Amino acid sequence: MRDKRDGAVANQTWQPARADIAEITAVDDNGLEPKIAGTPSVLVLNGIVVCAGATTLLDRVTLHIRAGAPTAVVGPNGSGKTTLLRLAMGLVTPTAGTLRVDPAKRAIVFQKPVMLRRTVADNVAFALRAARQSADREAVSTLLAVVGLVALADRPARQLSGGEQQRLGIARALARRPQLLLLDEATASLDPAQTNIIEDLIGAIARSGVKVVFATHDRGQARRLAGDIVFLVRGRVNAHAPVDTFFTTPPTEAAKRFLSSDLVL
Amino acid sequence: MDTQSALSLILSGDPALFAILRLSLVVTLSATLLGGLVGLPLGAIVALTRFPGRAGVVVTLNGLMGLPPVVVGLLVFLAFSRSGPLGSLGLLFTPQAMIIAQAVLITPIISALTRQVIEDLWAEYRDEFTAMDVRPWPRMQALLWDARFALVTILLAGFGRAAAEVGAVMIVGGNIDGFTRVMTTSIALETSKGNLPLAIGLGMVLIGIILAVNAIAWSLRLWSARHAG
Repeated sequence: MRDKRDGAVANQTWQPARADIAEITAVDDNGLEPKIAGTPSVLVLNGIVVCAGATTLLDRVTLHIRAGAPTAVVGPNGSGKTTLLRLAMGLVTPTAGTLRVDPAKRAIVFQKPVMLRRTVADNVAFALRAARQSADREAVSTLLAVVGLVALADRPARQLSGGEQQRLGIARALARRPQLLLLDEATASLDPAQTNIIEDLIGAIARSGVKVVFATHDRGQARRLAGDIVFLVRGRVNAHAPVDTFFTTPPTEAAKRFLSSDLVL
Repeated sequence: MDTQSALSLILSGDPALFAILRLSLVVTLSATLLGGLVGLPLGAIVALTRFPGRAGVVVTLNGLMGLPPVVVGLLVFLAFSRSGPLGSLGLLFTPQAMIIAQAVLITPIISALTRQVIEDLWAEYRDEFTAMDVRPWPRMQALLWDARFALVTILLAGFGRAAAEVGAVMIVGGNIDGFTRVMTTSIALETSKGNLPLAIGLGMVLIGIILAVNAIAWSLRLWSARHAG
Protein backbone atom coordinates (compact mmCIF):
# COMPACT_ATOMS: atom_id res chain seq x y z
CA MET A 1 0.00 0.00 0.00
CA ARG A 2 1.17 3.52 -0.76
CA ASP A 3 2.83 5.26 2.17
CA LYS A 4 3.29 8.94 1.47
CA ARG A 5 3.35 11.59 4.15
CA ASP A 6 0.31 13.66 3.33
CA GLY A 7 -1.74 11.75 0.83
CA ALA A 8 -0.89 8.40 2.30
CA VAL A 9 -3.30 5.60 2.81
CA ALA A 10 -2.17 4.23 6.13
CA ASN A 11 -1.64 0.55 6.61
CA GLN A 12 -4.40 0.07 9.13
CA THR A 13 -6.11 -3.07 10.21
CA TRP A 14 -9.75 -2.48 9.59
CA GLN A 15 -12.37 -5.15 9.72
CA PRO A 16 -15.76 -4.72 8.13
CA ALA A 17 -18.82 -6.20 9.69
CA ARG A 18 -19.97 -9.35 7.98
CA ALA A 19 -23.55 -10.18 7.32
CA ASP A 20 -25.11 -13.46 6.52
CA ILE A 21 -26.61 -13.37 3.08
CA ALA A 22 -27.89 -16.58 1.69
CA GLU A 23 -26.28 -17.70 -1.51
CA ILE A 24 -28.43 -17.19 -4.52
CA THR A 25 -28.67 -20.38 -6.49
CA ALA A 26 -30.87 -19.16 -9.28
CA VAL A 27 -28.92 -18.93 -12.50
CA ASP A 28 -29.30 -16.00 -14.81
CA ASP A 29 -31.02 -17.16 -17.95
CA ASN A 30 -29.49 -14.73 -20.39
CA GLY A 31 -25.98 -16.08 -20.32
CA LEU A 32 -24.58 -12.89 -18.85
CA GLU A 33 -23.70 -14.31 -15.47
CA PRO A 34 -20.00 -15.04 -15.01
CA LYS A 35 -19.45 -18.48 -13.61
CA ILE A 36 -18.00 -17.97 -10.15
CA ALA A 37 -19.43 -20.99 -8.46
CA GLY A 38 -19.75 -21.20 -4.71
CA THR A 39 -19.40 -17.49 -4.06
CA PRO A 40 -22.27 -15.83 -2.23
CA SER A 41 -24.13 -13.02 -3.96
CA VAL A 42 -24.16 -9.69 -2.17
CA LEU A 43 -26.37 -7.96 -4.71
CA VAL A 44 -29.02 -9.56 -6.86
CA LEU A 45 -31.10 -7.75 -9.45
CA ASN A 46 -33.80 -9.69 -11.18
CA GLY A 47 -35.62 -8.19 -14.15
CA ILE A 48 -35.12 -4.67 -12.84
CA VAL A 49 -36.77 -1.86 -14.77
CA VAL A 50 -36.32 1.77 -13.75
CA CYS A 51 -38.28 4.45 -15.54
CA ALA A 52 -38.22 8.22 -15.15
CA GLY A 53 -41.28 9.49 -16.93
CA ALA A 54 -41.20 8.13 -20.44
CA THR A 55 -37.47 7.34 -20.25
CA THR A 56 -36.31 3.86 -19.34
CA LEU A 57 -33.10 4.16 -17.34
CA LEU A 58 -32.64 0.47 -16.63
CA ASP A 59 -34.29 -2.14 -18.81
CA ARG A 60 -34.84 -5.68 -17.48
CA VAL A 61 -31.51 -5.85 -15.71
CA THR A 62 -30.66 -9.18 -14.16
CA LEU A 63 -27.38 -9.39 -12.29
CA HIS A 64 -25.81 -11.44 -9.55
CA ILE A 65 -22.95 -9.52 -7.98
CA ARG A 66 -20.89 -11.92 -5.93
CA ALA A 67 -18.49 -11.39 -3.04
CA GLY A 68 -14.82 -11.20 -3.90
CA ALA A 69 -12.83 -8.93 -6.17
CA PRO A 70 -14.35 -5.59 -7.13
CA THR A 71 -16.94 -5.38 -9.89
CA ALA A 72 -16.57 -2.56 -12.40
CA VAL A 73 -19.67 -1.13 -14.05
CA VAL A 74 -18.68 0.38 -17.38
CA GLY A 75 -20.52 1.78 -20.32
CA PRO A 76 -21.02 4.94 -22.31
CA ASN A 77 -22.61 8.08 -20.88
CA GLY A 78 -26.28 7.58 -20.13
CA SER A 79 -25.98 3.80 -20.11
CA GLY A 80 -27.38 3.57 -16.57
CA LYS A 81 -24.24 3.12 -14.45
CA THR A 82 -25.18 5.71 -11.84
CA THR A 83 -28.81 4.58 -11.81
CA LEU A 84 -27.65 1.01 -11.18
CA LEU A 85 -25.57 2.07 -8.18
CA ARG A 86 -28.29 4.34 -6.83
CA LEU A 87 -30.76 1.48 -7.19
CA ALA A 88 -28.43 -0.84 -5.29
CA MET A 89 -28.21 1.81 -2.55
CA GLY A 90 -31.98 2.14 -2.34
CA LEU A 91 -32.02 5.69 -3.65
CA VAL A 92 -34.01 4.70 -6.71
CA THR A 93 -37.18 2.65 -6.63
CA PRO A 94 -37.50 0.06 -9.39
CA THR A 95 -40.53 0.27 -11.63
CA ALA A 96 -40.46 -3.51 -11.97
CA GLY A 97 -38.30 -6.41 -10.89
CA THR A 98 -36.75 -7.41 -7.60
CA LEU A 99 -33.65 -6.27 -5.78
CA ARG A 100 -31.94 -8.30 -3.10
CA VAL A 101 -29.33 -6.65 -0.91
CA ASP A 102 -28.77 -6.25 2.82
CA PRO A 103 -29.78 -2.61 3.38
CA ALA A 104 -27.88 -2.36 6.64
CA LYS A 105 -24.60 -3.42 5.08
CA ARG A 106 -24.33 -1.22 2.02
CA ALA A 107 -22.80 2.20 1.55
CA ILE A 108 -22.17 4.52 -1.35
CA VAL A 109 -19.66 7.20 -2.27
CA PHE A 110 -20.97 9.66 -4.81
CA GLN A 111 -18.97 11.19 -7.62
CA LYS A 112 -19.01 14.46 -5.71
CA PRO A 113 -19.62 13.66 -2.03
CA VAL A 114 -21.40 16.42 -0.13
CA MET A 115 -19.11 17.72 2.56
CA LEU A 116 -20.89 18.77 5.72
CA ARG A 117 -19.92 22.26 6.88
CA ARG A 118 -17.73 21.06 9.71
CA THR A 119 -14.28 19.59 10.19
CA VAL A 120 -13.05 16.38 8.60
CA ALA A 121 -13.20 14.60 11.96
CA ASP A 122 -16.72 15.87 12.62
CA ASN A 123 -17.84 14.60 9.21
CA VAL A 124 -16.68 11.12 10.16
CA ALA A 125 -18.18 11.40 13.63
CA PHE A 126 -21.51 12.36 12.08
CA ALA A 127 -21.41 9.32 9.80
CA LEU A 128 -20.55 7.06 12.74
CA ARG A 129 -23.45 8.40 14.79
CA ALA A 130 -25.81 7.98 11.82
CA ALA A 131 -24.63 4.36 11.60
CA ARG A 132 -25.36 3.92 15.32
CA GLN A 133 -21.67 3.36 16.00
CA SER A 134 -19.47 4.85 18.66
CA ALA A 135 -18.20 8.24 17.45
CA ASP A 136 -15.42 8.66 19.97
CA ARG A 137 -12.02 10.05 19.06
CA GLU A 138 -10.50 6.60 18.58
CA ALA A 139 -13.21 5.43 16.19
CA VAL A 140 -12.89 8.62 14.16
CA SER A 141 -9.08 8.39 14.10
CA THR A 142 -9.21 4.77 12.97
CA LEU A 143 -11.34 5.61 9.95
CA LEU A 144 -9.28 8.69 9.11
CA ALA A 145 -6.13 6.58 9.28
CA VAL A 146 -7.63 4.08 6.85
CA VAL A 147 -8.07 6.83 4.26
CA GLY A 148 -4.91 8.74 5.20
CA LEU A 149 -6.58 11.92 6.47
CA VAL A 150 -5.45 11.98 10.11
CA ALA A 151 -3.28 15.03 9.51
CA LEU A 152 -6.28 16.92 8.14
CA ALA A 153 -8.71 15.94 10.91
CA ASP A 154 -9.27 19.50 12.10
CA ARG A 155 -9.51 21.12 8.69
CA PRO A 156 -12.93 22.25 7.38
CA ALA A 157 -14.07 19.48 5.06
CA ARG A 158 -15.09 21.88 2.30
CA GLN A 159 -11.52 23.13 2.07
CA LEU A 160 -10.17 19.70 1.10
CA SER A 161 -9.04 18.95 -2.44
CA GLY A 162 -11.21 16.78 -4.67
CA GLY A 163 -9.19 13.65 -3.92
CA GLU A 164 -9.21 14.32 -0.19
CA GLN A 165 -12.97 14.83 -0.29
CA GLN A 166 -13.35 11.49 -2.04
CA ARG A 167 -11.29 9.83 0.67
CA LEU A 168 -13.39 11.50 3.34
CA GLY A 169 -16.49 10.26 1.51
CA ILE A 170 -15.04 6.74 1.63
CA ALA A 171 -14.28 7.10 5.36
CA ARG A 172 -17.89 8.14 5.98
CA ALA A 173 -19.12 5.19 3.94
CA LEU A 174 -16.88 2.81 5.89
CA ALA A 175 -18.47 4.12 9.09
CA ARG A 176 -21.45 1.94 8.16
CA ARG A 177 -19.17 -1.11 8.23
CA PRO A 178 -20.53 -2.12 4.84
CA GLN A 179 -20.38 -5.50 3.20
CA LEU A 180 -21.12 -3.82 -0.13
CA LEU A 181 -19.43 -0.52 -1.04
CA LEU A 182 -20.70 1.30 -4.13
CA LEU A 183 -18.47 3.92 -5.74
CA ASP A 184 -19.84 6.16 -8.45
CA GLU A 185 -16.93 7.35 -10.60
CA ALA A 186 -14.85 8.03 -7.52
CA THR A 187 -11.82 9.16 -9.51
CA ALA A 188 -13.54 11.22 -12.18
CA SER A 189 -11.83 14.62 -12.44
CA LEU A 190 -8.97 13.62 -10.13
CA ASP A 191 -5.32 13.92 -11.11
CA PRO A 192 -3.26 10.74 -11.58
CA ALA A 193 -1.66 10.95 -8.13
CA GLN A 194 -5.00 11.23 -6.36
CA THR A 195 -6.43 8.53 -8.63
CA ASN A 196 -3.62 6.19 -7.56
CA ILE A 197 -4.33 6.88 -3.90
CA ILE A 198 -8.03 6.16 -4.36
CA GLU A 199 -7.27 3.00 -6.32
CA ASP A 200 -4.92 1.79 -3.59
CA LEU A 201 -7.65 2.48 -1.09
CA ILE A 202 -10.24 0.58 -3.12
CA GLY A 203 -7.86 -2.34 -3.36
CA ALA A 204 -7.22 -2.33 0.38
CA ILE A 205 -10.93 -2.18 1.15
CA ALA A 206 -11.63 -5.04 -1.25
CA ARG A 207 -8.88 -7.14 0.34
CA SER A 208 -10.44 -6.54 3.75
CA GLY A 209 -13.51 -8.47 2.59
CA VAL A 210 -15.79 -5.67 1.46
CA LYS A 211 -17.40 -6.17 -1.93
CA VAL A 212 -16.68 -3.06 -4.00
CA VAL A 213 -18.84 -2.20 -7.00
CA PHE A 214 -17.59 0.85 -8.84
CA ALA A 215 -18.75 2.72 -11.91
CA THR A 216 -15.99 4.10 -14.09
CA HIS A 217 -15.23 5.52 -17.49
CA ASP A 218 -11.59 4.56 -17.09
CA ARG A 219 -11.05 1.22 -18.82
CA GLY A 220 -7.54 1.01 -17.42
CA GLN A 221 -8.87 1.43 -13.94
CA ALA A 222 -11.48 -1.26 -14.52
CA ARG A 223 -8.76 -3.61 -15.70
CA ARG A 224 -6.46 -2.79 -12.77
CA LEU A 225 -9.04 -3.12 -10.02
CA ALA A 226 -11.92 -5.32 -11.09
CA GLY A 227 -12.47 -9.03 -11.01
CA ASP A 228 -15.46 -8.83 -13.31
CA ILE A 229 -17.02 -6.26 -15.60
CA VAL A 230 -20.65 -5.32 -16.02
CA PHE A 231 -21.05 -3.58 -19.36
CA LEU A 232 -24.18 -1.47 -19.73
CA VAL A 233 -25.59 -0.12 -22.95
CA ARG A 234 -28.76 1.97 -22.97
CA GLY A 235 -29.88 0.66 -19.61
CA ARG A 236 -29.36 -2.99 -20.41
CA VAL A 237 -26.64 -5.40 -19.36
CA ASN A 238 -24.84 -6.04 -22.60
CA ALA A 239 -22.16 -8.20 -21.03
CA HIS A 240 -21.07 -9.44 -17.63
CA ALA A 241 -17.78 -11.25 -17.72
CA PRO A 242 -14.57 -11.85 -15.79
CA VAL A 243 -12.19 -8.98 -16.39
CA ASP A 244 -9.67 -10.97 -18.48
CA THR A 245 -12.39 -12.36 -20.69
CA PHE A 246 -13.97 -8.95 -21.17
CA PHE A 247 -10.74 -7.30 -22.25
CA THR A 248 -9.13 -10.12 -24.23
CA THR A 249 -12.16 -11.67 -25.91
CA PRO A 250 -14.99 -9.16 -25.61
CA PRO A 251 -18.20 -11.18 -25.42
CA THR A 252 -20.34 -8.85 -27.55
CA GLU A 253 -19.95 -6.61 -30.57
CA ALA A 254 -20.87 -3.58 -28.48
CA ALA A 255 -18.16 -4.46 -25.97
CA LYS A 256 -15.64 -4.79 -28.81
CA ARG A 257 -16.59 -1.37 -30.13
CA PHE A 258 -16.49 0.11 -26.62
CA LEU A 259 -13.01 -1.25 -26.04
CA SER A 260 -11.82 0.02 -29.38
CA SER A 261 -13.24 3.45 -28.48
CA ASP A 262 -15.91 3.33 -31.15
CA LEU A 263 -19.13 5.10 -30.34
CA VAL A 264 -21.64 2.73 -28.77
CA LEU A 265 -25.21 3.78 -29.43
CA MET B 1 -27.96 72.98 12.85
CA ASP B 2 -30.36 70.18 13.75
CA THR B 3 -27.74 67.63 12.82
CA GLN B 4 -25.15 69.33 15.04
CA SER B 5 -27.62 69.35 17.94
CA ALA B 6 -28.36 65.69 17.32
CA LEU B 7 -24.67 64.81 17.34
CA SER B 8 -24.16 66.68 20.59
CA LEU B 9 -27.06 64.72 22.12
CA ILE B 10 -25.40 61.46 21.11
CA LEU B 11 -21.88 62.46 22.10
CA SER B 12 -22.95 63.93 25.44
CA GLY B 13 -24.67 60.66 26.34
CA ASP B 14 -28.11 62.24 26.73
CA PRO B 15 -29.90 60.06 29.33
CA ALA B 16 -33.30 60.28 27.62
CA LEU B 17 -31.85 59.24 24.28
CA PHE B 18 -29.91 56.35 25.74
CA ALA B 19 -32.87 55.13 27.81
CA ILE B 20 -34.87 54.96 24.60
CA LEU B 21 -32.00 53.22 22.85
CA ARG B 22 -31.62 50.67 25.66
CA LEU B 23 -35.33 49.80 25.70
CA SER B 24 -35.38 49.55 21.90
CA LEU B 25 -32.54 47.08 21.91
CA VAL B 26 -34.04 45.01 24.73
CA VAL B 27 -37.42 44.81 22.98
CA THR B 28 -36.04 44.08 19.54
CA LEU B 29 -33.41 41.57 20.67
CA SER B 30 -36.01 39.75 22.79
CA ALA B 31 -38.45 39.70 19.87
CA THR B 32 -35.71 38.37 17.57
CA LEU B 33 -34.85 35.65 20.08
CA LEU B 34 -38.52 34.68 20.43
CA GLY B 35 -39.06 34.80 16.67
CA GLY B 36 -35.96 32.64 16.15
CA LEU B 37 -37.03 30.07 18.73
CA VAL B 38 -40.34 29.62 16.92
CA GLY B 39 -39.43 30.51 13.33
CA LEU B 40 -36.26 28.45 12.84
CA PRO B 41 -37.69 25.06 13.85
CA LEU B 42 -41.02 25.86 12.20
CA GLY B 43 -39.28 26.66 8.90
CA ALA B 44 -37.12 23.54 9.15
CA ILE B 45 -40.13 21.31 9.91
CA VAL B 46 -42.07 22.68 6.95
CA ALA B 47 -39.00 22.23 4.74
CA LEU B 48 -38.39 18.62 5.74
CA THR B 49 -41.87 17.19 6.14
CA ARG B 50 -44.65 16.39 3.75
CA PHE B 51 -48.24 16.62 4.96
CA PRO B 52 -51.64 17.47 3.51
CA GLY B 53 -52.00 21.21 3.15
CA ARG B 54 -48.24 21.85 3.17
CA ALA B 55 -48.47 24.02 0.06
CA GLY B 56 -51.04 26.18 1.84
CA VAL B 57 -48.73 26.54 4.85
CA VAL B 58 -45.83 27.55 2.58
CA VAL B 59 -47.96 30.11 0.74
CA THR B 60 -49.29 31.46 4.04
CA LEU B 61 -45.81 31.80 5.56
CA ASN B 62 -44.55 33.54 2.45
CA GLY B 63 -47.56 35.82 2.39
CA LEU B 64 -47.21 36.71 6.07
CA MET B 65 -43.72 38.07 5.39
CA GLY B 66 -45.49 41.18 4.15
CA LEU B 67 -47.74 41.44 7.19
CA PRO B 68 -48.47 45.13 7.88
CA PRO B 69 -47.13 46.11 11.33
CA VAL B 70 -50.26 48.09 12.18
CA VAL B 71 -52.38 44.99 11.56
CA VAL B 72 -50.11 42.96 13.83
CA GLY B 73 -50.36 45.73 16.41
CA LEU B 74 -54.13 45.71 16.13
CA LEU B 75 -54.37 41.92 16.52
CA VAL B 76 -52.05 41.88 19.53
CA PHE B 77 -53.94 44.86 20.97
CA LEU B 78 -57.24 42.99 20.62
CA ALA B 79 -55.73 39.85 22.14
CA PHE B 80 -54.34 41.68 25.18
CA SER B 81 -57.10 44.25 25.67
CA ARG B 82 -59.26 43.83 28.77
CA SER B 83 -62.01 42.07 26.84
CA GLY B 84 -59.57 40.06 24.77
CA PRO B 85 -58.68 36.38 25.29
CA LEU B 86 -55.37 37.28 26.95
CA GLY B 87 -56.58 40.43 28.68
CA SER B 88 -56.20 38.88 32.14
CA LEU B 89 -52.42 38.86 31.69
CA GLY B 90 -52.39 42.66 31.88
CA LEU B 91 -49.64 43.02 29.30
CA LEU B 92 -51.12 45.78 27.16
CA PHE B 93 -48.94 48.93 27.09
CA THR B 94 -45.94 47.09 28.47
CA PRO B 95 -42.58 46.23 26.84
CA GLN B 96 -43.65 42.56 26.93
CA ALA B 97 -46.59 43.31 24.64
CA MET B 98 -44.20 45.15 22.31
CA ILE B 99 -41.88 42.13 22.27
CA ILE B 100 -44.79 39.85 21.41
CA ALA B 101 -46.01 42.16 18.65
CA GLN B 102 -42.56 42.37 17.07
CA ALA B 103 -42.10 38.61 17.43
CA VAL B 104 -45.43 37.99 15.68
CA LEU B 105 -44.30 40.35 12.94
CA ILE B 106 -40.93 38.70 12.27
CA THR B 107 -41.67 35.02 12.97
CA PRO B 108 -43.20 34.49 9.50
CA ILE B 109 -40.17 36.18 7.94
CA ILE B 110 -37.76 33.96 9.85
CA SER B 111 -39.73 30.76 9.24
CA ALA B 112 -40.37 31.42 5.53
CA LEU B 113 -36.72 32.23 4.82
CA THR B 114 -35.56 29.30 6.97
CA ARG B 115 -37.83 26.96 5.04
CA GLN B 116 -36.30 28.09 1.78
CA VAL B 117 -32.72 27.79 3.04
CA ILE B 118 -33.26 24.36 4.61
CA GLU B 119 -35.19 23.09 1.60
CA ASP B 120 -32.34 24.13 -0.73
CA LEU B 121 -29.75 22.55 1.56
CA TRP B 122 -31.84 19.39 1.84
CA ALA B 123 -31.91 19.10 -1.95
CA GLU B 124 -28.11 19.08 -1.80
CA TYR B 125 -27.85 16.68 1.17
CA ARG B 126 -30.78 14.34 0.49
CA ASP B 127 -28.94 11.49 -1.20
CA GLU B 128 -26.01 11.63 1.19
CA PHE B 129 -28.21 11.63 4.29
CA THR B 130 -30.49 8.94 2.90
CA ALA B 131 -27.46 6.78 2.14
CA MET B 132 -26.13 7.41 5.66
CA ASP B 133 -29.55 6.54 7.06
CA VAL B 134 -29.68 9.75 9.11
CA ARG B 135 -32.83 9.83 11.22
CA PRO B 136 -35.25 12.77 11.08
CA TRP B 137 -34.23 14.60 14.26
CA PRO B 138 -30.44 14.44 13.69
CA ARG B 139 -31.16 15.35 10.08
CA MET B 140 -32.92 18.54 11.09
CA GLN B 141 -30.22 19.40 13.62
CA ALA B 142 -27.50 18.84 11.03
CA LEU B 143 -29.24 20.92 8.40
CA LEU B 144 -29.85 23.79 10.83
CA TRP B 145 -26.22 23.63 11.91
CA ASP B 146 -24.85 23.51 8.38
CA ALA B 147 -27.10 26.41 7.41
CA ARG B 148 -26.06 28.37 10.49
CA PHE B 149 -24.47 31.28 8.69
CA ALA B 150 -27.45 31.78 6.40
CA LEU B 151 -29.75 31.45 9.41
CA VAL B 152 -27.84 34.09 11.34
CA THR B 153 -28.31 36.38 8.37
CA ILE B 154 -32.03 35.60 8.47
CA LEU B 155 -32.15 36.42 12.18
CA LEU B 156 -30.38 39.69 11.46
CA ALA B 157 -32.94 40.45 8.78
CA GLY B 158 -35.66 39.77 11.36
CA PHE B 159 -33.85 42.03 13.81
CA GLY B 160 -33.67 44.79 11.22
CA ARG B 161 -37.35 44.47 10.41
CA ALA B 162 -38.31 44.58 14.09
CA ALA B 163 -35.99 47.49 14.86
CA ALA B 164 -37.40 49.56 12.02
CA GLU B 165 -41.11 49.04 12.59
CA VAL B 166 -43.26 51.61 14.35
CA GLY B 167 -46.91 50.74 13.87
CA ALA B 168 -47.20 47.65 16.05
CA VAL B 169 -45.21 48.91 19.03
CA MET B 170 -47.03 52.23 18.90
CA ILE B 171 -50.41 50.48 19.18
CA VAL B 172 -49.56 47.88 21.86
CA GLY B 173 -46.95 49.91 23.74
CA GLY B 174 -48.64 53.26 23.73
CA ASN B 175 -45.35 55.19 23.44
CA ILE B 176 -45.33 55.92 27.19
CA ASP B 177 -42.40 58.12 28.14
CA GLY B 178 -39.79 56.23 30.11
CA PHE B 179 -41.69 52.95 29.91
CA THR B 180 -42.59 51.90 26.37
CA ARG B 181 -41.02 54.60 24.26
CA VAL B 182 -38.60 53.21 21.70
CA MET B 183 -36.59 54.77 18.90
CA THR B 184 -39.13 54.55 16.11
CA THR B 185 -42.07 55.79 18.16
CA SER B 186 -39.90 58.56 19.59
CA ILE B 187 -38.84 59.69 16.13
CA ALA B 188 -42.48 59.87 15.06
CA LEU B 189 -43.48 61.74 18.21
CA GLU B 190 -40.54 64.19 18.32
CA THR B 191 -40.95 64.99 14.64
CA SER B 192 -44.63 65.80 15.16
CA LYS B 193 -43.65 68.02 18.10
CA GLY B 194 -40.98 69.78 16.06
CA ASN B 195 -38.16 68.50 18.29
CA LEU B 196 -36.00 67.68 15.34
CA PRO B 197 -32.59 67.31 17.09
CA LEU B 198 -33.77 64.35 19.17
CA ALA B 199 -35.63 62.87 16.20
CA ILE B 200 -32.55 63.20 14.01
CA GLY B 201 -30.28 61.85 16.77
CA LEU B 202 -32.50 58.81 17.17
CA GLY B 203 -32.66 58.40 13.44
CA MET B 204 -28.88 58.43 13.19
CA VAL B 205 -28.57 55.86 15.94
CA LEU B 206 -31.22 53.68 14.27
CA ILE B 207 -29.42 53.85 10.94
CA GLY B 208 -26.15 53.12 12.75
CA ILE B 209 -27.63 50.01 14.33
CA ILE B 210 -28.99 48.80 11.00
CA LEU B 211 -25.59 49.37 9.36
CA ALA B 212 -23.89 47.56 12.24
CA VAL B 213 -26.28 44.64 11.81
CA ASN B 214 -25.41 44.44 8.13
CA ALA B 215 -21.72 44.71 8.91
CA ILE B 216 -22.05 41.79 11.31
CA ALA B 217 -23.86 39.74 8.66
CA TRP B 218 -21.16 40.51 6.10
CA SER B 219 -18.38 39.66 8.55
CA LEU B 220 -20.08 36.38 9.37
CA ARG B 221 -20.20 35.50 5.69
CA LEU B 222 -16.48 36.21 5.32
CA TRP B 223 -15.64 34.30 8.47
CA SER B 224 -17.72 31.31 7.44
CA ALA B 225 -16.10 31.21 4.01
CA ARG B 226 -12.67 31.18 5.64
CA HIS B 227 -13.26 28.82 8.54
CA ALA B 228 -16.11 26.50 7.68
CA GLY B 229 -16.01 26.17 3.93
